[in-house]
Amino acid sequence: MSQRLFVKGNEAVAMAAIEAGCRYYFGYPITPQSDIPEYLSRELPKLNGEFIQAESEVGAINMLLGASATGVRAMTSSSSPGISLKQEGISYMAGSELPGVIVNISRSGPGLGGIDASQADYWQSVKGGGHGGYHIVVLAPASVQEMYDLTMLAFDLADIYRTPVMVLADSVVGQMKEALVPNPRPVTILPEKAWRVRGRREGTEQMIVKSLFLGDGELEAHNWKLHGKYDVMKENECRQELFMADDAQLVIAAFGSVARIAKTAILMARDAGMKVGLLRPITLFPFPTKAFQEVTLRCKKILDIELNNGQMVDDVRLSVARDAEVYFYGRPPGAGSLPVPEELFEQIKKHY
Amino acid sequence: MPQVFKRPVSLKDVPTHFCPGCQHGTIHRLVAEAMDEFGVRERTIGVASVGCSVFLYGYFDVDVVEAPHGRAPAVATGVKRARPDSFVFTYQGDGDLAAIGTAEIIHAANRGEDITVIFVNNTTYGMTGGQMAPTTMVGQKTSTSPYGRDRAKDGSPIRMAELLAQLGGVAFSARVAVNTPKNLMDAKKQIMNAFRYQVEGKGFSFIEALSTCPTAWGVTPIQANERIGGELIEYFPLGVYKDTAQWKPRIAPPAPVEQPGARAFPEFMNEI
Amino acid sequence: MGRIEIDEKRCKGCGLCTTACHLKLISLTREINVLGFTPAITTNRERCTGCALCARLCPDLAITVFKDK
Ligand SMILES: Cc1ncc(C[n+]2csc(CCOP(=O)(O)OP(=O)(O)O)c2C)c(N)n1
Ligand code: SF4
Ligand SMILES: [Mg+2]
Repeated sequence: MSQRLFVKGNEAVAMAAIEAGCRYYFGYPITPQSDIPEYLSRELPKLNGEFIQAESEVGAINMLLGASATGVRAMTSSSSPGISLKQEGISYMAGSELPGVIVNISRSGPGLGGIDASQADYWQSVKGGGHGGYHIVVLAPASVQEMYDLTMLAFDLADIYRTPVMVLADSVVGQMKEALVPNPRPVTILPEKAWRVRGRREGTEQMIVKSLFLGDGELEAHNWKLHGKYDVMKENECRQELFMADDAQLVIAAFGSVARIAKTAILMARDAGMKVGLLRPITLFPFPTKAFQEVTLRCKKILDIELNNGQMVDDVRLSVARDAEVYFYGRPPGAGSLPVPEELFEQIKKHY
Repeated sequence: MPQVFKRPVSLKDVPTHFCPGCQHGTIHRLVAEAMDEFGVRERTIGVASVGCSVFLYGYFDVDVVEAPHGRAPAVATGVKRARPDSFVFTYQGDGDLAAIGTAEIIHAANRGEDITVIFVNNTTYGMTGGQMAPTTMVGQKTSTSPYGRDRAKDGSPIRMAELLAQLGGVAFSARVAVNTPKNLMDAKKQIMNAFRYQVEGKGFSFIEALSTCPTAWGVTPIQANERIGGELIEYFPLGVYKDTAQWKPRIAPPAPVEQPGARAFPEFMNEI
Repeated sequence: MGRIEIDEKRCKGCGLCTTACHLKLISLTREINVLGFTPAITTNRERCTGCALCARLCPDLAITVFKDK
């Protein structure tokens, strides 16, 4: 399929979900992600799937929990205030080792905040937004094509690691229209979902999906198991993009929408003869620590840029070589605070 | 002599953790008997809630998904929509269903999800040590209403069976008790009715079972049982509040909800 | 003609069965069982009709009932 389409990022998410075999969607309206439920409410019934507009984001995440427990591919999407409501369910899904895809087209906060693009949900997403000390995989697309490709990847990673996976973007990537090549679903070897509840047909053993472990030592063992999985993810699943980083004297660290703007600023810098590059984490959890180590073996200056007051920069500082310097530039999200390339170019000049 | 009363096979042969005289055990047994009689054990998926009945999987010999506190009807919605051929029930306490989970129960009921909800009303939060619940009686002393529930401050006990009967998606709603042999026989009959609705794919069915919590009430099991027959049944009358097979509403009911049973699903189309 | 067997190890001594038996054939002992409760016992067994009401009211399924047809 080499067809090219001109679609919105949010639509690309919905299309990818269908291509990935997801037939169950549960959600609640919130700007700027409503294109996703709108698209799926139209398409899923045609595929004998189920679309439910839930009573709340709490309802939606728990419907996802229930559907996922039966072994089907299912998803929900929302934006920051709704994602806060979903944290309870995400913690239970992480604890119950249930796959599921959660899309956050994040918006500015705290509170009702605004509907502008925002990266202020980084901490909430990667540090385990609910209680109990868990992680979920977090993927950060920066283009419509990536919205599509990473959503499909999200379903695979969810099944492979039995974990919730979040696609974290914002209205820049979600509302923007770009060319999209709707690639077919990648062929991945997926584990059998032997753990799923199905009813005890043919006398199969009792299946229990739960996160309560009261026996002596049981919960500790369960948590060691979960954290063992996180270590495997860190080893195998880190993804990042390097852009003009080979000879760079200054490397910008940025993800999602801000990385796009940074690229334009980098080209401006290159035109001015400055060797500047980009390291863009695509997986925010697991964080591409090794990539930062490798880059900073040679390049000693990292300029971390975010649409918030500094969140990912914590992980960047923990990842770089000891003698590397990490500078930060960021603005809290809100109407008018999305940086322009010229502004970032100024920051490049300041630290180069 | 032949045995005339036996443990239902859907109930595991293990001792329960329930306190002496707690009727969670009795209600578990009636539900398991209904499961046996309809022969649905092999396709049943239970949804456990948070409360003294959290160990549903320890007692019922069926597959179980554990839901966060109050969310069982939403979890059951996901299970049933994904596996319309299964028999799905939730088992929830009054704190779980009538306080933290009100949004989930009302909307699952209103959508007419083809599930059965067993709601155990013991007028308190048993598991957390007997705090005030939305169902606590006016004047009832609990660990968080030490002067008795005050109607002016805390409102009145909520009657869920009546409330849910109002909703278009609800096919069956009844309140039962297991305090006397007669009420218990009737409870069994209504649980069977509730099951029948789901087995026939006819919509959301709801059973509110009054239950004792001698521990939190601070009385003996026999006194607790007497309280059910007195004060509780007086305020929470037993009976069938909606039975769509018989129901003749004065106002035109909302259009019947199309049930998932009628939908055609390819067998596990997206399962890998 | 009927007969009941009370599983002493399962009985929590709640006494609900004593209220169910219209012939008052069940009472609680003073002896403590493995669970630490005083379980129910039957007296005047020969009068049991095998109605099973005690067993139905028992929350712990501790009573088995036999009855001649
Ligand atoms: C979000 C959340 N809040 C509070 C609790 C604590 N909690 C556990 S059980 C329970 C109440 C149980 O009462 P009920 O549903 O009436 O069940 P019962 O034990 O009386 O059968 C509460 C408040 C919890 N587990 N989760
Ligand atoms: S605390 Fe109350 S509800 Fe819980 S097991 Fe004991 S008697 Fe039953
Ligand atoms: Mg209760």
